[in-house]
Amino acid sequence: MIAQDLKSALKETCPELDDRDSTDWPAFNCPVGSIPNVVKELRDDHGFDALMDATAIDNGVEASPRFTVVYHLYSPENHTYVRLAGDCLDDEAPSAPSLVDLFKSANWMERETYDMFGIIYEGHPDLRRILMWDEYPHHPLRKDFPLAGHENELWDPEIAENTGVKVKPAPMAGGPFVAQQSVFESKREPAAKDESWSEEKAKPDQ
Amino acid sequence: MSTETTEYAAPDSGGKAATAAQVFETEHLEVSMGPSHPSTHGVLRLNLELDGEIVKMCDPVLGYLHRGDEKIAENMTYNQFVPYTDRLDYLAPLANNAAYAMAVEKLANLEVPERCQAIRVVTSELARISAHLLGLGAYTMDVGALTVFMITFSEREKLYTLFEELTGARFTTSYSRIGGVTRDMPEGWTNRVLTFCEELLPLLDDVESLLTRNRIWFDRTADIGIISKEDAIAYGLTGPNLRGSGVDVDLRRDVPYSGYEQYEFEVPLGENGDCYDRYAVRMEEMRQSVRIVRQAIKKMPGGPFYAEDAKKIYAPRKDKILTSMEELIQNFMITTEGPDMPAGEVYFEAENPKGALGFYIVSKGGGVPYRMKIRGPSFNNLSILEKVSVGAMISDISAILGSLDFVMGECDR
Repeated sequence: MIAQDLKSALKETCPELDDRDSTDWPAFNCPVGSIPNVVKELRDDHGFDALMDATAIDNGVEASPRFTVVYHLYSPENHTYVRLAGDCLDDEAPSAPSLVDLFKSANWMERETYDMFGIIYEGHPDLRRILMWDEYPHHPLRKDFPLAGHENELWDPEIAENTGVKVKPAPMAGGPFVAQQSVFESKREPAAKDESWSEEKAKPDQ
Repeated sequence: MSTETTEYAAPDSGGKAATAAQVFETEHLEVSMGPSHPSTHGVLRLNLELDGEIVKMCDPVLGYLHRGDEKIAENMTYNQFVPYTDRLDYLAPLANNAAYAMAVEKLANLEVPERCQAIRVVTSELARISAHLLGLGAYTMDVGALTVFMITFSEREKLYTLFEELTGARFTTSYSRIGGVTRDMPEGWTNRVLTFCEELLPLLDDVESLLTRNRIWFDRTADIGIISKEDAIAYGLTGPNLRGSGVDVDLRRDVPYSGYEQYEFEVPLGENGDCYDRYAVRMEEMRQSVRIVRQAIKKMPGGPFYAEDAKKIYAPRKDKILTSMEELIQNFMITTEGPDMPAGEVYFEAENPKGALGFYIVSKGGGVPYRMKIRGPSFNNLSILEKVSVGAMISDISAILGSLDFVMGECDR
């Protein structure tokens, strides 16, 4: 089994390495500090030449550890993937070591993860936001960020001052089409969230 | 009589190399290219630092098409997300639909029938042809060859008519469902696909006769934007861009999915990794796609086009919903609460026209994913821009952008 061989080989680099529940590829949990060493060994000794994906999971506002960084590596020789995950130690200011020295592709993917989750990658040469604008104060993929978004200042202070325009939350008419767990059957159907009237509240006169 | 020569001296050499009295101080010019520039194919902005016509630094600015697809996915059921996958790589929605469905089926550990697999192969390969036709046309148009665009665009139009017949939509097809496809192929559709393939091959030859040995095309693309093998892997390039640099990776052959192991096809590779090689690889890929489509149609198995036993995942047929109580309840549950998925994590990549489109799904059970990361191949393919465009002429930028053939829809997600 590839997974067992890999595990025993990686254990020498990182004794705390452990199996991670996975439906498909070999997956390992690893302390976040030793991820660069493990990735380096995977790349140099086991043929995992390509870092396909680097991302993170928010385990929930209450959870601790709250943030988990996840990496997927691909081996073009053996045609197999491996997943590596590490829990960020600090829930308030999560951080993880950067892999930019090992893989150039980590540069943009870590910028994206920083943008979306606020995970600080230590040693990253250019940790700026990549999808949202630089002045944006939130991290949208965190679980406490609402789907509609928050009201924000405009990115250009001059236009904001002259026009008074703000970045508004998305109008949620028509979405999200997810069933609400509630007493009333009608609310469990995926329907537009028009809350002006319902079974409890009479339709307003117009 | 002495001839006067004027030489440029590098500013840091203190002008020592200059023979003439006058040393030109060159000033770098910052130019913002895009977000709505014809050769940026969508909404990409490049902050360029220029020394005359030479690019000294290139900083791509993304996010103009960021819609938060990953956040949206966390807020809806698996089936409801299918239309959003149309809008990732919007030049090959059929391939995205299939890739997404296969990722979720992998999570559910669900085998789809062979007919469904074969239909997905046919549609994915047709999507590849359509995406490459458009990518090629736009690429040649950017470097000044307008005729090719007219030819390939009208050919793509025929494909869209076929898609319309199959899915009901020309552009946003939403053809896949978790556990199958929306409907079976219409009567005689495969014959019309074969006719299209018959017509496509001579047309590709026509395009090649316009380009492959064309001196102007060669000058504009050969030795421009060279990506070495090592860089291509390090920057996470996938698809034709990776193979253009000579790296032999094709997920259809290496990690076969949807029955790709049954079909014979070759994986074209480039040698130098320049813009010309990436063009050549795409041309050959279209021919190989035609080969796969022909084999898949020839071998097209009968039987159901969706997993009939996946009663908690695939919504029942409409005629059954209206006549049977059990199916009515199933349909109601799947619509309101989503398909019944086990807890677990999967990562699935499919070889899409632009590269490896990956879905990383974290499920805690139930009908809604807990976290879904979408790996858009164009995102990684673009990240090499800051390396490959340094030292290029500004007029080469449009050739490089065209040859990388990216789509901002899946780059920004």
